[in-house]
Amino acid sequence: MSARRNPLIVGAGPAGIRAAQALVRAGLRPTLVDEAPRCGGQIYRQPLVEDGRAARVRYGSEADKAERLHRGFAALDGRIDYRPQALLWNLRDGVADITRDGVNHRIAHDGLILATGATDRVLPLPGWTLPGVFTLGGAQIALKAQGCAIGTRVVFAGSGPLLYLVAWQYLKAGVRVAAVLDAAPLSAKSNLWRGLRLAPAIVLRGLRMATELKLSGTGLHFGVTAMRMEGEARVERVAFRAGGRAHNIACDGIGYGLNLRSETQLADLAGCAFHYDARDRAHLPIREISGRSSVAGVYLAGDGARIAGADAAEAAGERAALALLEDRDLPFDRVRAAALERTLLRIDGVRDVLEAAFPYPTHWAGDIADETLLCRCEEISTGEARQAIKDFALIDINRLKAVSRIGMGRCQGRVCAAAAAELLARETGRDGASIGRLRAQAPIKPIPLALMTSDQPNEEQHDQAH
Amino acid sequence: MPLLHRLSRINHAAVGFTLDGVACEGRAGDTVLTAILCNVERVRSSEFGGAPRAGFCQMGACQDCWVQCEGGERLRACSTPLTEGMRIVTTRRA
Repeated sequence: MSARRNPLIVGAGPAGIRAAQALVRAGLRPTLVDEAPRCGGQIYRQPLVEDGRAARVRYGSEADKAERLHRGFAALDGRIDYRPQALLWNLRDGVADITRDGVNHRIAHDGLILATGATDRVLPLPGWTLPGVFTLGGAQIALKAQGCAIGTRVVFAGSGPLLYLVAWQYLKAGVRVAAVLDAAPLSAKSNLWRGLRLAPAIVLRGLRMATELKLSGTGLHFGVTAMRMEGEARVERVAFRAGGRAHNIACDGIGYGLNLRSETQLADLAGCAFHYDARDRAHLPIREISGRSSVAGVYLAGDGARIAGADAAEAAGERAALALLEDRDLPFDRVRAAALERTLLRIDGVRDVLEAAFPYPTHWAGDIADETLLCRCEEISTGEARQAIKDFALIDINRLKAVSRIGMGRCQGRVCAAAAAELLARETGRDGASIGRLRAQAPIKPIPLALMTSDQPNEEQHDQAH
Repeated sequence: MPLLHRLSRINHAAVGFTLDGVACEGRAGDTVLTAILCNVERVRSSEFGGAPRAGFCQMGACQDCWVQCEGGERLRACSTPLTEGMRIVTTRRA
């Protein structure tokens, strides 16, 4: 057999690690690129140095999974080309541009598994740029990876399973949790009864967390609307409406987020076809359950392709690797592949339940005031975006970007695009599918203007075995 | 009052750095963001309205926590480990 280049995996979270393990087992030597200094992704993120806290303290009920993945990854040492603290910023014609320590490496690859993960989905609210307001994921990382609390009297707000998880983790860490503000009405939680049958452990854990928060004196509010984060130099309180009346709670830190959104820029640069996913309310790369995208040799796994959580990411990462092996005419375990697909389908059913229990607040785009900042990079207000939509009769998100600069700032729309799309759909009376999606551009994140090139123009490490 | 509050690594080795010329201490294992926010309550001012910012996502996505070093180099604070002798500027418009 002629020598073929090695596959490239992007992301060292649960999906990327499982993919790497499966490829190594088959005798391949994948390159694995990750932005973080240590493996684990965001969910199983590790501290920069040991801090004396046990995995049980850091990862709670998921400690065993975290440790299994970290150990499994350590066992890959020397058998993969691991590139931590490296940013893959461009993909073209089977060559990836990767910067690390100011040096650019061009890596030609054969087979690409994208396990790029997710970030918090955020809808702008008054005061959301104030110091002390972080995403839910950010609040969790501060605690998990840095051993720091975002305040001494903290409010968690938004929706999604992460809302209760992070609040509970802060409570357990000894931090005063002043309130949990759930955008979803309490009635939505009745959907969890269905989940009790599908995933009893997950639902019961969530109920236990909510109960412990309640017993500790944390105020739990449901159907929260009209939320404002207030303060001068930093956040000092949060005002909102719930249960038919106005509330005002003093706090010095807020964690906020509404479920997650997929990081799809690299799938876009790789040429993958997208479609609108009504559950995630986002344009996502089209993917078979095997992980195959619309582009031959490009595979998608984990939350970067569609939000399904860490357990699904593990299964999807391994499944995508098996698809890559099959497409390379290498032996692979068909029975295992089928079992992984069953796991993915089962978890998908649980996701439907969780989405129903933590529904998207469809009233946001109509409620949000003109003066609220929509884009925090370029400081564009909701009113400016509304005006642009009206003045130029815009119906496409890329035109809105061109006219208003929404999505053109440093974050490339990671923070504001979901909100801008919801606003555009609302203002034009169209659905999310028809307003299009922001096209990704290289570099997908800021890179230094002066980049050294590595000695080899194209690093083409071949797999000796095949 | 600082924005972040340490719950662990309290007795880890001190790492010296300066914030706007003032000597500060972080701890071994800190990111630049943690080190700054355990001392003060902002990392930069917005380049448009001038309002204070202090990071947001802490996972390298939102690009809200860029800071400048005295030499002009820009760092994304949440994904940069703190090293001894860093000279960080938060008051200049980054």
